[in-house]
Amino acid sequence: MTMDLHLDVELRRERLLLRAALQVAAGETVAVVGPNGAGKSSLLLAVAGLLRVDRGRIALGERVLDGGPDAPFVPPEQRGVGVVFQGHLLFPHLSALDNVAFGLRSRGVARGEARNAAARWLERVGLGAVHHGAKPAALSGGQAQCAALARTLATEPSVLLLDEPLAAVDASGRLELLRELREHLRRFAGPRVVVVHDIADALAFAERVVVIENGAVVQDGAIDELVGRPRSTYVADLVGLNGFVGVCADNHVRIGDVTLTVATPLRGDVLVTIHPRAVALFRERPSGSPRNVWTARAVDFEALLDRDRVRVRLDGALSLVAEITPAAVADLRLRDGGEVWVAVKATEIGVTPR
Amino acid sequence: MRPASQPMPRALVALAALAVVLLAAPLLGLLWRTPWSRALAVVFDPPMLDALWLSLRCSVAAAMLALLLGLPLAAWLASGASRLRATVRVLVTLPMVLPPVVGGVAMLLAFGRNGLVGGPLERWFGLALPFTSEGVVLAETYVALPFLVLTVEGGLRSLDGRYLDAAATLGAGPWRVFRAVTLPMIAPSLRAGLLVAWARALGEFGATITFAGNLAGHTRTMPLAVYTALETSPDAAIVLSLVLVVVSAAVLFCLRRQWFPAR
Repeated sequence: MTMDLHLDVELRRERLLLRAALQVAAGETVAVVGPNGAGKSSLLLAVAGLLRVDRGRIALGERVLDGGPDAPFVPPEQRGVGVVFQGHLLFPHLSALDNVAFGLRSRGVARGEARNAAARWLERVGLGAVHHGAKPAALSGGQAQCAALARTLATEPSVLLLDEPLAAVDASGRLELLRELREHLRRFAGPRVVVVHDIADALAFAERVVVIENGAVVQDGAIDELVGRPRSTYVADLVGLNGFVGVCADNHVRIGDVTLTVATPLRGDVLVTIHPRAVALFRERPSGSPRNVWTARAVDFEALLDRDRVRVRLDGALSLVAEITPAAVADLRLRDGGEVWVAVKATEIGVTPR
Repeated sequence: MRPASQPMPRALVALAALAVVLLAAPLLGLLWRTPWSRALAVVFDPPMLDALWLSLRCSVAAAMLALLLGLPLAAWLASGASRLRATVRVLVTLPMVLPPVVGGVAMLLAFGRNGLVGGPLERWFGLALPFTSEGVVLAETYVALPFLVLTVEGGLRSLDGRYLDAAATLGAGPWRVFRAVTLPMIAPSLRAGLLVAWARALGEFGATITFAGNLAGHTRTMPLAVYTALETSPDAAIVLSLVLVVVSAAVLFCLRRQWFPAR
């Protein structure tokens, strides 16, 4: 039987106050992203029963796992919530096989039977018999992560939580591990939550992305929604846009000392986004009357190998990233570090109320 | 090639050398005066064998008792921070700094026949501890316990608690987590704690002689036999001392990884 995960919690942990509501359907994968210390891991720990919520509730279908301080609390060992921890956390004193058999042994399954099941699970994640006797330290990062996944799946959990599953592998092992993890996530019938730290990983695992910042869910939606209407500067940065927080009055947005003219009239606090390709650079002050013009200096260059473009970080009254051709970098003599003029058309500036 | 370093002031070198002499001289003295030709005969003298056997039995029992009581105490001490824990930790450390004789006197008042605990123990269960081999074990446990508790607590504190979390999410209850994850993962600290506790118990003198007396075959352990022999046959005392030195050195050798990590 598969059930949806419902979560509406408030919990305090050191300096963090996490207030989050989230629903994950059975068979759905949600990627959770956010800056370090935003509360992603606390969220996972609460679902796993390793942190108690101060208010609110966590439920799996109709079964309440944590109903707050005065309500029943299901301890982690009885929850059936499977967690693949960051850094795999395989027990260093046990072989890969015994690690995977651990959950079954904890439920009273006889040693031989548990080991047989463990061997099948290891086989399924691509770890052949040669690795069964290996201690975790002898496995590669990717193999260890697969063994950890097998260890969790072997307990047949109702919910699957993965905390930064790609963090421990190098670039070469990444693709293979990603394929393996995705395959098993797809086969898993319950709700799946994957904590990741960049948008590429989020996209690799899920269509739906939940962004947590400062203990709150700031955005929850499909990736095109994040790109189209990022709700915070963090999300804008995450998807590669320049993001600023400003105050809008009709067609003018004030961001620090700079005022930009925008196409959409709004009032109040807004998030301003500018696509790096919409940023035009000039050696001399551009003629005509583009209204959003200021000077800046190029401070950093990053070549985009796949599209013959260079991302230029500009320091000025408004610091932002522009994406231009390598030829333009040379024409503008950007690498000399002199001043250039930056111009952005009003129609190219996205404004979203906050 | 050696990295350049500042030379040490000569006065400091001289003092350091003096410290080495202070530490080495007693050992050399012992080796120098050991009657090698009679050494085996002394060790295999029946009363001495009795003392050796009693020492081994009592010290192993004391180390086991220290483990049985000390491991849970260490687990509790390591499980958090509180005023009560701080107070108990002082209590645990006390036997390490207390003169063992004082410990023996205090034990006599607590576990003696008219003692706070010993009185009821004898009246209700007919159990008398002073001047018995069990008394020796108790005295040795008293002085050995702190070494075990502090060593094991250190191991528990440096254990990454996330492994225990992982075990819980896999369905392991608290008892299984402790048995199948915590204990194996702190095995080096357990071994070290057990070994120092045993060595401390083996060498125990003050508390033992005060609380359990010096009865040949019952409470006369090796250190007591050395002390007794010093009056009647100094040669035997020397040989027995040497045996204890060898045992201590062997313990240090076993602990070299934990205590003296390679630089």
